[in-house]
Amino acid sequence: MLSGEVIAFAIVAFLLIFSALGVVFMRNIVHSVLFLAATFVLMAVTYLLLDAGFLAGVQLIVYAGAVAIMIVFAVMLTKRSDLHETNLFNKLTIPGAIVSLLVFLGLSWVFVKTPWNLAERPLNDPQAINKIADLMFGQFVIPFEVAAILLLVALIGAIILALEVKPQK
Amino acid sequence: MITLTHYLLLSAVLFTIGLFGVLTKKNAITVLVSTEIMLNAVNLNLIAINKYVGADGIYGQLLALFVIAVAAAEVGVGLGIIISMYRNKESISLDDFNFLKW
Repeated sequence: MLSGEVIAFAIVAFLLIFSALGVVFMRNIVHSVLFLAATFVLMAVTYLLLDAGFLAGVQLIVYAGAVAIMIVFAVMLTKRSDLHETNLFNKLTIPGAIVSLLVFLGLSWVFVKTPWNLAERPLNDPQAINKIADLMFGQFVIPFEVAAILLLVALIGAIILALEVKPQK
Repeated sequence: MITLTHYLLLSAVLFTIGLFGVLTKKNAITVLVSTEIMLNAVNLNLIAINKYVGADGIYGQLLALFVIAVAAAEVGVGLGIIISMYRNKESISLDDFNFLKW
């Protein structure tokens, strides 16, 4: 029997894996980045299926909004005359595929074999965003401030790194 | 019925695709993008486990939020490094950047 949940999960999982494969296997970097934006949006849909609405919004704003645009800008700033064949494989394709396959087998073996301490009912808390706010500005306020300092430092560091370096006279 | 294992296997597949991209692509931007896919897979794992295991508290989603903040910082600094690499060598192919190798 196919419920709506199963159908939705199957469609989203198929599209997610397809677009992630597109990121890696496209030979043109612009197509790769387009597939990356699709991956981010589909990941937000997956968060919605998991009843994490706030995380889905953050995913859309931070990844699909900011990170994808930043990567498009980096592609524009580093492009050469034509964009064909800009996203090729290196000489390690077959060893890389073997290592990735081994990692996948190890991960899925652990995931399937672990005796998960499953809850009786999956968590579906409509007050989740209130709880996140309480925790983030209460118990976890110091990690929150540290994340703010980290973002400030990363901002300054990115500006310094990307600044035009004047030749020394 | 969709269980925890389905989500965990989906995140394992995405993590593997990201790892394959990191190991085998030449373009530095694609390597950075593949690490983003891996971090997204980890976030999916955290949120799925937060929903299905234990089910009191919302700590998995909170940790995923911090992962997103750190990933945004990482992408900013990584792209800055790529742009300054391009300025030095007119290339972002990682095969051209082996001057620390002897």
